[in-house]
Amino acid sequence: MARMTLSGIKKSFNTTDVLHGIDLEIADKEFIVFVGPSGCGKSTLLRLIAGLDNISAGEFRIDDHRMNEVAPSRRGIAMVFQSYALYPHMDVYENMAFGVRLMGLEKAEIEQRIDEASKMLRLDPLLKRKPRELSGGQRQRVAIGRALVRKPKVLLLDEPLSNLDAALRSDVRLEIARLHREIGGTTIYVTHDQVEAMTLADRIVVMNNGKVEQFGSPRELYERPANTFVATFIGSPRMALLDVERSGNNLALAGSGSLTLGKLPAGGERELVIGVRPDALTIKTDASAEGFKGSVIYTEYLGDNTFVYVRLGDGTLVSVRADDAIDLKPDAPVTIQVAPDAIHYFSRSTRERLAA
Amino acid sequence: MSAATETYYDRRGILQMLGRDGLIQVILILNTIVMLGPLVIMFFAAFKTNAEIFQSPFSVPDFTNFANIAKIWTETNFLRYLINSVIVTGSSIVLILTLGTMAAYGIARYNFRGSGFVLMFFVAGLTLPLKLAIIPLFILMRDLGILNTQLSLIIIYVAMGLPTTVFIMTGFIRTLPNELEDAARMDGASEPRIMWSIMLPLVRPALVIAGIQNVVPIWNDFFFPLIFIQKDALKTLPQGLTTFMGEYTTDWGILFAGLMLSSAPVILIYIILSRQFINGMTAGAVK
Repeated sequence: MARMTLSGIKKSFNTTDVLHGIDLEIADKEFIVFVGPSGCGKSTLLRLIAGLDNISAGEFRIDDHRMNEVAPSRRGIAMVFQSYALYPHMDVYENMAFGVRLMGLEKAEIEQRIDEASKMLRLDPLLKRKPRELSGGQRQRVAIGRALVRKPKVLLLDEPLSNLDAALRSDVRLEIARLHREIGGTTIYVTHDQVEAMTLADRIVVMNNGKVEQFGSPRELYERPANTFVATFIGSPRMALLDVERSGNNLALAGSGSLTLGKLPAGGERELVIGVRPDALTIKTDASAEGFKGSVIYTEYLGDNTFVYVRLGDGTLVSVRADDAIDLKPDAPVTIQVAPDAIHYFSRSTRERLAA
Repeated sequence: MSAATETYYDRRGILQMLGRDGLIQVILILNTIVMLGPLVIMFFAAFKTNAEIFQSPFSVPDFTNFANIAKIWTETNFLRYLINSVIVTGSSIVLILTLGTMAAYGIARYNFRGSGFVLMFFVAGLTLPLKLAIIPLFILMRDLGILNTQLSLIIIYVAMGLPTTVFIMTGFIRTLPNELEDAARMDGASEPRIMWSIMLPLVRPALVIAGIQNVVPIWNDFFFPLIFIQKDALKTLPQGLTTFMGEYTTDWGILFAGLMLSSAPVILIYIILSRQFINGMTAGAVK
């Protein structure tokens, strides 16, 4: 069992506040991903959970035991570092044995655990090698193995894929998903890559500027982003945000015309932000069609998809998923039509989602 | 590329033919000759009689003639001096490296108020020529009652060696990745264990550099033994060798043989340990 509760966690270095009150409730066996741009505090939060840095304020509990003052090795947590941090002067076996020896386990138990972990990670032929004789992917597996032999209740992974080349990444990603299922502990995974976050997580914590922007399943985040930050962070190409003026059921975009919708969120706010993903848009070359007017900047052909980037009248750049067959020259005038159901509404002043 | 397609760009000057590396090679070879020259002459002279040395100083001697070496071994106090030098140098180095590494580890790895000052305090020692303080030192040693003991030398050598050692080690320890330490902490290692099992093996190259850097001047030091040691049984090698000059004013062969034997340990240590700092110990620690 490893249920984790973070309440009002704050961290400041000298006078700089890095985390401003983080509240999270993480259930047992969940795969949680912390995602956010660099400098958002996600790695700091991970280090607080690991116990490598002191918590400035707030309380961190695992299964109702207060952990704030507990030494890192006694929290039942193991961590895989971004740089792997393998002990360079020890071979693979020693790297994995170091921690379990310090736990004071029987020799046979140590052997058995290392054997188990190395089988699971296919490390058996490498046990006598030094880290410098391993490839990036192998070092990664050793780092994971070193964490697993400690049989942690919680496994922390700090950007584990960032040092691997693109081809290896998706393999290791699958591997990590498989390991999480097999081991059945709680996993916290830090990344700045929203694709990793979306594919791996049971629930995602989106962080920005030391605050949690939203905590929810990948589907919730994608379909009901809580604010404009989450809306643009999740999804690729990113969601376009349009500043529109509302009058009745009509939304007007400066310099691009307007569109009339059947239903708009309640509330009297005149100034709204609407978010539209590339899928929600269709492109028309017909000048008389209803929608926002703009001109083509460039087309991006990706094989299975073609994205057209269009500059609207107020200068916003939107990406539109288009037909492969479409052939648009730069600067061609186009009309963008919006699927009404797929519009996300946000308040202009608070940037928060407005209930539809 | 075939000859037909050879263009202007393929033609090369002499420097490019040799390459930058070639030029460096030439300079290094010349440097080696300059450095090895005196050593070779010393080595040759150790097997010559006085007359031979003056007649043909650069000639290759008869290497089967061990008369000088035998004489040193049997008729002088050489062995005693050698043991004294080993004791003084050995204990100084052990103390310097132990204390220096501990101080450097503390300065480099822990954030505490005044760590910068402590480092500066050590480094300030670099600017202080200890020989200027010889009279106060002499008075101090006299008052402590350790004149004419090896302890007086060891204390001074440790004080002399610590600044550079702390400086070198601090710089080196700071370059070691923090994540290694964090990883060890997660593994449940105590602070002394982190230093001993994780950091110390990694700073070995720096330890070797600091060691050699200190061994050579301490082993060769003539000044401090001259001031503090009067008893013949406590004299170190450089000091002891001068007695050869007194007793055998003209016997250069013996002096050179003594010099050869006294320089041999340091040269051997250097050769054995030089592999250590060529090995990049941190390769593979972090990507």
